[in-house]
Amino acid sequence: MTLALGIGVLVAGGVFLVLQRGLVRITFGFVLLGHAANLLFLAAGGTQRREPPIEGTAALGQMADPLPQAFVLTAIVITFGITIYLLVLAAAGKGDDDTERLP
Amino acid sequence: MIATALPLVFAAPLLASAILMVVHRPIWARRAVLVGTVGAVLAYGVVLVAATNGGTVLVADIGLWPGGIAIPFVADMFSALMVTATALLTLVCVAFGIVAGEDEQHYFAPFVLALYGGVAGALLTGDLFNLFVCIEVMLLPSYVLISMFGGENRLKAGRIYITYNLLASAVFLFGVAFVYGVIGTVNFAELAGAAKESTAVAVAMGVVLVALAMKSGVVPVHGWLPRTYPETSPAIAAIFSGLHTKVGIYAIYRLYALVYDGDERFLGFAVLFMCLTMAFGAMSAVGEDTIRSVLAFNMVSGIGYILLGVALFGPLGLAAGIFYLLHHMVVKTSLFLSAGAVEVRYGTQRLDELGGLAGREPLLAFAFVGAALSLIGMPPFSGFAGKFVLLQASFAESAYFAAFIILAASLLTLLSMGRVWNSVFWGPVRREPDDTTGTAAVTGAADTDAVVAGNGEGGAVLQKRRTHAKATSPLTHVSPALAAPALVLTLVSLGIGLGAEGLLNLTQQAAAGLTDTSSYIEAVIGR
Repeated sequence: MTLALGIGVLVAGGVFLVLQRGLVRITFGFVLLGHAANLLFLAAGGTQRREPPIEGTAALGQMADPLPQAFVLTAIVITFGITIYLLVLAAAGKGDDDTERLP
Repeated sequence: MIATALPLVFAAPLLASAILMVVHRPIWARRAVLVGTVGAVLAYGVVLVAATNGGTVLVADIGLWPGGIAIPFVADMFSALMVTATALLTLVCVAFGIVAGEDEQHYFAPFVLALYGGVAGALLTGDLFNLFVCIEVMLLPSYVLISMFGGENRLKAGRIYITYNLLASAVFLFGVAFVYGVIGTVNFAELAGAAKESTAVAVAMGVVLVALAMKSGVVPVHGWLPRTYPETSPAIAAIFSGLHTKVGIYAIYRLYALVYDGDERFLGFAVLFMCLTMAFGAMSAVGEDTIRSVLAFNMVSGIGYILLGVALFGPLGLAAGIFYLLHHMVVKTSLFLSAGAVEVRYGTQRLDELGGLAGREPLLAFAFVGAALSLIGMPPFSGFAGKFVLLQASFAESAYFAAFIILAASLLTLLSMGRVWNSVFWGPVRREPDDTTGTAAVTGAADTDAVVAGNGEGGAVLQKRRTHAKATSPLTHVSPALAAPALVLTLVSLGIGLGAEGLLNLTQQAAAGLTDTSSYIEAVIGR
């Protein structure tokens, strides 16, 4: 439930920011959406029905699923690269970005 | 042996890209690596088509893990055809980029290679998450290319393109997470038929399909495409038109066939949206006033035709759709290259500023009119065969409304392409070849000082490119070398139109691999 609430809050905040004017706010919106997706992957791995992956504490089949964690790692790298690029674009194009001002 | 080399199609362009990122000089070596890598993939694609002929499915399991655990690279007839077609188009666009001087900017070659690596990976992967990664590998260089090359609006186009595609990628990622949460695997072969059996998987996979439709430019989520493609540089627009949306379409075909097993519950819905796409795209194209924006809207319309093939699921519909997909990629790229050649030499793509090119540029006019007739669907070009088989499939599935829209949208396409032909190629000569420093550079300096200052390298390169072109050619005409890429693709379209039987035979095999997925599943996970 905690995960579900966390994902919900992150998605709401992300969508709100993506719909704002200005590329920097949109960038932060995508950061939040990326975190929401990462948490969703962890939730998809079944956090409730699994144990921490420490040898001797649980049966192998009961330990945390490594695959969603690998997915999350990949997704984090991609989000990181894109965040940097978006910020660069926001800085390079700030002179002609007419969405910053109200029409 | 052939199967072992499958991951190389993904890895080799990326490796070459990494090398070119560091080593820029000399320019002939850069060109040799670029053309050589894409050419090698093209040759391998032809080998793949030959090897998958007869329904063979080739699999390469990464790291020699057993099937089902390994991330597989899979090639069947459909992916083999797509790899060949995308490699051919990339090669032709790269040739255009070299002739037009775009590759003098040293980031052109490495980013185009990385883009192509992503495309090839997405076409060959057999894993949903890997598909996401490959599409990102394809998009990341595109973000850079679109905001680095092009006219004064390139950063504006870049912002729309990046934010839109990022949103689609986020939706895609959510969808993959849902699928993993519901069924616990992301391997295509293990997912086979799952969406037909379980509604939860169908909904989760539906999120993925929505993201792919966003990336393909299906109406009503098509608005980004006509706003971005006309703003980037000619060679980049041609590459994007041949590759980008088509990867999304390929994934929709593959996933609907494998995971939904052609589930008929959703097909009526799909037919409706594809009819909307065909009609909206063709109607919007009529009102546009630059060559490339007409082409971009016609492209939206074409996406409707292609995906109608999957909406009319069945051997006939799928074969027709795949045939139309291959035809559309070739023809659209040819048109974008003709428009690009006009723009490189005349400095504008506005319909009201150009005129009378038919007499001045016979080669280019032939390339354009051939591809335009093909797009409309006139024999003997490939468009006729493509639309004919689509109509046959619609009648076979009693989708009479779709058949009507196919014909009506073709008429509207005729109208918009006729308008381009009339104002650009007929009438009085309204504009001489551009031998100043070029419209883009001049207006760029006037309107967007800040952009040029903020992104000084791009602006400087643009200037350099223009002056370079001025120094080396008399600029009275589009040189044959600049018209040749478009002409080659028009001739390919003519060839496909004349020998439609041969390609149709191959696309029927590809469709057979999609309607009966047992050999795919057998090859990947061995059951």
